[in-house]
Parts: sequence; structure tokens; C-alpha cells
Amino acid sequence: MRWLLVKDLQILRRSPLLVAMLVLYPILIAALVGFAVTSGPSKPRVAVLNQVPTDRTKIDLGGENVNVAKEAKPLFDAITVVHVKTEAEAIEKVRSGDVLAALILPADITQQLQEATSGSGTHPTVRVYYNAEDPAKQAFVENTIKARVQEANAALSKKVTQVALSYLRLIGSGGQFSFLGRSFDVLGLEKSEAVLRGLQATLKDPGQKRALQPVIQFASIARQNLDLAGPLLESVGNPIQVQAKVVSGGSTPLGAFAAAVAVAVTLMLVTVLLAAGSLALEREENAFRRLVRGLVTQTQLLVEKVGLAALCSVVVGLVLLAGLSLFVNLPWGRFHLWLLALLFGAAAFGALGVAFGALTREVRAASLLAFMASLPIAVLGLVPSGAVSNALYDVVRGVSAVFPFRATLDALDAALGSSGSIGLPLLHLALLLGGWLIVARVALRRFA
Amino acid sequence: MQQGAAAAEPAHAAEPVLEARDLVKRYGDRLALRGVSLSAAAGELVAVIGPNGAGKTTLLSILAGIQSPDEGTVSKAPSEIGWVPQQAALYGKLTVAENLRLFARLEKRPDPEAVVERMLDQTGLRDRAGDQVSTLSGGNRQRVNIAIGLLAEPAVLLLDEPSAALDPRQRERLWEFILELASGGTTVVYSTHNVQEADRHAHNVLVLADGERLFAGSPRELEQAVGGSDFEEAFVAFLREKGH
Repeated sequence: MRWLLVKDLQILRRSPLLVAMLVLYPILIAALVGFAVTSGPSKPRVAVLNQVPTDRTKIDLGGENVNVAKEAKPLFDAITVVHVKTEAEAIEKVRSGDVLAALILPADITQQLQEATSGSGTHPTVRVYYNAEDPAKQAFVENTIKARVQEANAALSKKVTQVALSYLRLIGSGGQFSFLGRSFDVLGLEKSEAVLRGLQATLKDPGQKRALQPVIQFASIARQNLDLAGPLLESVGNPIQVQAKVVSGGSTPLGAFAAAVAVAVTLMLVTVLLAAGSLALEREENAFRRLVRGLVTQTQLLVEKVGLAALCSVVVGLVLLAGLSLFVNLPWGRFHLWLLALLFGAAAFGALGVAFGALTREVRAASLLAFMASLPIAVLGLVPSGAVSNALYDVVRGVSAVFPFRATLDALDAALGSSGSIGLPLLHLALLLGGWLIVARVALRRFA
Repeated sequence: MQQGAAAAEPAHAAEPVLEARDLVKRYGDRLALRGVSLSAAAGELVAVIGPNGAGKTTLLSILAGIQSPDEGTVSKAPSEIGWVPQQAALYGKLTVAENLRLFARLEKRPDPEAVVERMLDQTGLRDRAGDQVSTLSGGNRQRVNIAIGLLAEPAVLLLDEPSAALDPRQRERLWEFILELASGGTTVVYSTHNVQEADRHAHNVLVLADGERLFAGSPRELEQAVGGSDFEEAFVAFLREKGH
């Protein structure tokens, strides 16, 4: 069996195109995943037509000037603004694909906002233009605009709340109040109560004292209730807070998980293709019958092919992980777990590959089947719970469990992150190794 | 026109080295072999001839141990028999020497390098030892194919249509090589479609049709059986006489 392995490595060495693909593939994948993980999402380009005159960007909230442009800053921080001069120009930029969307701020928006905050008029409205060339893009633009407008709304709402709270504090505790350029001293409920209590103490007439008591009581109750109004108003701006707790799964960082996915996909493609192709090659070279005529057993031949494919793909996987570690923080201290995950995953994929090779019997057909099967296997393995109906998810999970991709991903996830124990995925992979080897062994009956 | 040496009489014709008795092989309902027996002595050349679908390759596969018979016995274990498939079973990306070395190691020969050297001399391919098999001509590829069948120095060599797809010159050189093996004491059993080849290079012929053994004996005996003077004509007449 050792000499067969040496022979296959010699053949591999003399197939420069295949070797180049095996070397370049992980480098390319590492670079792509690394770039994707580290670069983060880019800001969408949005055309903005601001028709609001520069001297009308402020609104008056109970005597305080609020700069709407300043409060709406989060909206513009989240996008790359492309200034346009006309609405037609904005629409043309959207149509040509130069920008993702166009935002039109009408000239009277601050006036509308002023009216809305004073309880009259309608809600101010901005216009948005975007292409709906496909549902995914439409959803992306809608969500992006909605999220950004919500952020701007929240900022304005916070400002309005702050103004309202300052009024309440003025009524409760007293202080200075400016209106139309003139300053006033406001006594406030707290001081009013104190003044009234002082006055009550100086009164000798019990009737007058009793008459004053309800006024003192009103000032006291009103102050106490106003103290409660502050937190109440603050909660209006942000009524629901989220406290998230992970029920199942781990806390693998996104970068490490992306690395696990990249390695699992690479491991699958390299191993399945090599195992399937190298077994089918024995038949195409007419060597299979000569080999199994007492030189090696059929099972030994299968094990050798699995070993060859696993050996190559583990090396490729390690190169890929080393490359990814330049971009993503990977725990080198858990290297032994990486190796275990790679070895078990590669062995199971190898068994799947020899089953494909034994079933198809030709290198081209084996390669085609390996490619055609690998992609849906990977996609099924990546479907998260909740993304589809429960019944469909059970089917997806059942189908995924028959192939080594999901188990390899789980093992790599556990090795590269801290997502649970690696034992169960390794056991799963060992069972799949045995199962697919049996399929391959049965398929070899009609191989020659 | 085919030239080359005819088969010399085997040295020990009386002692069978290979014996197969009453071989039966079924593929579903179809009988591929119907109780075929065969016997060959040391240094004997036996040609298995017959029309397409006669069961020639099935017989050789059973003798080689690639297939098991449903009934009947073969006197030698597959490990004692060299087998050369019709299409060269070689690795095109490996050199001639590497192919020989690989199979010598798989055959667990005690000194693989010495075996490789011997085979390179025997096949006359020493000057091509470092060439990849994919660059060789069909004739040279077949010589390496046969050499691999001989690596274990078997007493019996089975050749399935060894000269198919070879040009006359390559065929001549191949037969010189095979006759040399037989003269050295190796029993050679081969199947062929070329009746002239069987006439020229076989001590005995086994005629199969529809899985049935119709004749076993020398080419001359077959000619005498139908009263002809040309082997090919005699063979055709014999088959017609037997209803094939």
C-alpha cells in the first residue's frame, strides 16, 4: 500500500496543472476570506439633494434652537454622500447604477418638523429613489435607508426629550428661563413648597393654615410626580432594550468562523476530487484489475486513496489556516485540535470521494460528480435553524448529516473557536468515514 | 505479411503445468462458459480462439483469478500465474522503470532493482527506461505490459489478445519475445482473433463458441478434422460444421 501511495504522489508531482491548482486554491481562498473578513461592509453610495436653505436648518423647541442638520448627522455618517443639484440628476444617478439610492430633502422639511414638534401639521417626509432590479438589492436598500432614518429619528427624538426634560426640571426645581431675548427667574415647585411652608408657619389663624395646606400638598405631589416623569420620558425614546443570551452554539468570533467555513469548503473540494479522481484513474489506466489480482485488496486500495487525498488536503488545509491567520486571529495554542479536525474531516471526505469514484468509474465523471455534489452539500450544511420552516430544516439537517461537510465545519468551529466539544463532530466524522467506505466497497463490485 | 519464428515443440509436453476442469460461468441467465477444460504443459503455447462472445476473455479471467468460476477448478493459484490484460495496465505518467519497480515491489520481489534490470534487458527497453510510458509506441507499451506479467517469474503466462492494435512489425517483435519465453519453459496461454497467429505460434488450440469447448488439439489436428489444408479455412469450416 505504501508503494501505491508513493506512486500516486509521483503521478501527482507530474501533473503540474493539478499541483498548481492545489497550491493556488488555498492561497486564493485565504486571500479572499481574509479580505472579506477584515475589510468589513463598505458604506453605500447615496446621492443627496439637500433643498433646505442653509439659514433654515434650525427649529425652535420651546425657545431652544435645535440644528436639524447636526442631529441628522448619523444618517450621513453611514453613507457615502454624492451631492447632486437636481432631483432629475439624482434619479439618473440611481438609474445608471452610479449610486445605490437617492435621498431628497425637501426645502420645507425643517418647517414641517417645526410644525410636527409643536403638535400641528404633518410628519416631515423625505423622498428616496432606488433601483429594484432584484429582490435582494431592494431589501438591502430598504433596510439600509430604514435603519439610517431610524437612527436620525432617534437622535432628534433624544434632543426633543432633552428639551422637554429641561422644562420639567425648571418647573420642579426652578431656575433661569430665556424667552424672546429676555431672562426670567422661575421659582419652581420645590421652592414654592418651601415658601408656602414658611408662610404657613407664620400664620396664626388656624382657618388660614388649613386653607394653605392643600396648596402645599399640591406643590409637593406635583414635584414628586415630575421627578418620575424624567425616566418615563427617557424610556419613550428607547422603550425596549435587548438583553441577548446564547442558548446553544458557541461564541466563535466571526473571523474564526469564516476561516472554518473556508477551510471546510477547501478540504471538501480538494479531498473529494482527489480521492474520486485517483480511484477512477486506476480503472482508466486499466491497472485496477491487475492490482486487485492479489497485489492489494480492494479495501486496501480504497484506504490508500483516502490516505492520499487526506494527506494532500490536510497539508492544503494547514497552508490555508496559516494564510488566514495573517488576517484573522486564530488560536495557535489549539493547533492539535485543528489537526484532529482536519484529519477526521479529510478522511471522511476521502471516503465520500472514493465512493464517488467507484460509482462513476471515470475520471471526468468522477470530477463532475464531485463538483456537482460538493456545492449543494456545502449550501445545505450552512443553512441555519430558523431560516426555513421546521419541517424543511429537519430534512436539511438529515441530509446534511449524511455528508461530512457539516460535521467537519462543527469540528473546525470547535477547534478554531470555542463552540462546544470537538468530540461529537469527530465521532460523527468517524461514522461517516466507515459508512462511505462501505458504499465505495460495494460500488467496487462493478468497478472493473 | 506476418513473419517470425514458429513455435518449437515444448520440452516437457507430457507434464501439465496448468489444468482447468469443467469451468462454468454464468452471467444471470446467460451461460458464458459451459464446462470448459484446459491443460497446458511447461513451455507449451496454447491459443484460445473462437468467434466474438465465445468466452475467450472469460476463460482467461477465470484462469487469472480475476473472476471466480461458478463451477469447476483451476490447478494453480492466481499468484502463480502471470496475467497480461488486452489493454496495457500501466501508469502513463510513470517511466518504464518506475512501472516495473512499482509492480516488482507490489509483487514483493526480494530485490526489485535486480528484477527491473532483468526486465529492461529482456524487453529490450533499457534505452527507454527513463521515458514515461505515455510516450511509448503501442508495441513497446505492450512489451512493458507483458514484462509486468512476468515480474513474479510465473510458470504460466496468460495473454489476452496480446497483438491486438499492433502493426505487423510490432507484432513480429512481440511474438519473438513470447516465443523466447516459451522456449525458456514458460507456459503461455493466449487468446486471439487472428487465426493465422494461432496457426503459427501455438502448439495447441482451444476452440470456443458460445462458451462451449468445440476442439482442443494442434492446428494440424484441426485441419485434419475437417479435411482442409489451410488452417483458417479449416477453422471456419469447423465452426460451420458445428453450427456456429
